[in-house]
Amino acid sequence: MMEIGIEHYLTVAAMLFTLGVFGIFLNRKNVIIILLSVELILLSVNINLVAFSSYMGDLVGQVFTMLILTVAAAEASIGLAILVVYFRNRGSIAVEDIHLMKG
Amino acid sequence: MTEIFPNLEIAYGEIFLSIGAMLLLMVGVFKKDSVNLVSWLAVGFIVITMFLSLAVGSEQTFTLSNLFVVDGFTQFMKILVLVASALAVIMSREFFRLEGEDRFEFPVLMVLATVGMMIMVSANDLMSLYMGIELQSLSLYVLAAFKRDSEKSTEAGLKYFVLGALSSGILLYGCSLIYGFIGSTNFSSIATAVGGIEEGSASVGVVVGLVFVLAGLAFKVSAVPFHMWTPDVYEGSQTPVTAFFSVAPKVAALALLARTLYVPFGDLSGSWAQVVIFMSVASMILGSFAAIMQTNIKRLMAYSSIGHVGFALLGLIAGNAEGIRGVMIYMTIYLVMNVGMFVCIMSMRRKEEGMVEDIADLSGLAQNHPVMAAFISIFMFSLAGVPPLAGFFAKWYVIIPIVNAGYFTLATIAVLASVVGAYYYIRIVKVMYFDAPAEEFVPQKSLPMKVIVTLSAILVLAFIAPQISSPVLDHAQAAAQGLSQK
Repeated sequence: MMEIGIEHYLTVAAMLFTLGVFGIFLNRKNVIIILLSVELILLSVNINLVAFSSYMGDLVGQVFTMLILTVAAAEASIGLAILVVYFRNRGSIAVEDIHLMKG
Repeated sequence: MTEIFPNLEIAYGEIFLSIGAMLLLMVGVFKKDSVNLVSWLAVGFIVITMFLSLAVGSEQTFTLSNLFVVDGFTQFMKILVLVASALAVIMSREFFRLEGEDRFEFPVLMVLATVGMMIMVSANDLMSLYMGIELQSLSLYVLAAFKRDSEKSTEAGLKYFVLGALSSGILLYGCSLIYGFIGSTNFSSIATAVGGIEEGSASVGVVVGLVFVLAGLAFKVSAVPFHMWTPDVYEGSQTPVTAFFSVAPKVAALALLARTLYVPFGDLSGSWAQVVIFMSVASMILGSFAAIMQTNIKRLMAYSSIGHVGFALLGLIAGNAEGIRGVMIYMTIYLVMNVGMFVCIMSMRRKEEGMVEDIADLSGLAQNHPVMAAFISIFMFSLAGVPPLAGFFAKWYVIIPIVNAGYFTLATIAVLASVVGAYYYIRIVKVMYFDAPAEEFVPQKSLPMKVIVTLSAILVLAFIAPQISSPVLDHAQAAAQGLSQK
């Protein structure tokens, strides 16, 4: 049976982080997907912190995780609120439509 | 180590302002038509906070389990942030009165953002750094999208939110790596751990973490290559919001960047210097060249602010007290120039069209409004760095430390970039004085606006006088000593 060590957690977190970043840049369809990707990035950070915290036997990482979870909730609600006002004005949330200002 | 009763005295400013923000919300909700009251109360609270921050003294003190630090540097930067916020609230009054959509949430959000910035300036731990940045950013996202029924404003808010959230994520990933590879999130402990690392043998995890944190902070100061949001957000937001964005958050983020680079990672300067040099050079060059093509004055100010951040970063590269002092002086002068310029931009209002923001609208301004044209010329020459105006001294005090530290190529690039920059600043002066007059603006009637613009013009003109400049220089000197010694 393989022992699951810190490096496995870090790899998962790194993969989730990369997925999140690519989700923001490669997605051309929907802003909601961008919001999901942002959450993915924050959760990958949380995995990182909790893994380090338990590996080192230090509680700071878990406290940090709690703070991030709280802020992520506030951030998501503000993001969705902005998205709603945006949709009311434009009637679309497609990423390729967000181009009023350029240059 | 653990304190039962944290020494909250040094955080009275932040505590007072947070409670003040809640109070303002209450007043706004329970009292009808209280926008004026809430705005002036907000200004009053900010001024009181200024005195509370001054009363703390410039002795270095830690509190709240070392999450929070106060010293001469934080004091100086907090005063700058508070002045910028108070002026932005005052400037917004006239604008919203004329636009006819007065909402009391505006000053409340400004105050909350200011609390966030003060925490950023005083952060001594990756956790307080993150909480400060988020408190500031979340308020700013809403401010950017404040004009709910405008396509441009909501688009600006959406863009700012998406990119801001991404940068916070990058910053956090860096924080998690630093925590994992060093074992602490506290700046003082990180500094001790980093000091024990031999030259060039820092673990990859720490360096990668540091670069991620730098990338996240570069976004907040809008340094190239993380500047893409700046022009769009500046153009789309309402003008008082843009005026606020271009000063206060930049001062706070630069203060945070300076502390992060100098205190925890001062001994790793070999690893971060190249990154900062790249950001600085790229910002200066992009700021000067991209602005040439602009037709919208707010967009032009956005590129100008990118360029100015490049110059301010020069001071950090020098790696000594002289450089830090340069950054502090630069931000002080930049604040004065920008505030003055934005009062002028807010005065660009016509009877039928309302606010106009094209450079072409300034055409022949000198014939219709000679005083306003004179003010804009003063600010433009100062932003370009023409002696003997203040903008010249700002550049002087960041370039001299660079030369003393031996970065001659960098100093040459900086001077050349400011020459290119001078082209687009002075083009505006040419448009105002030599082109055919466009339709007149509605004259600026508001007394506070007139006072702000006159004061900032006088400060810009008179900075050469030692009576004006020496207090700034002395305070910056003392504060910079404190930061670079640890």
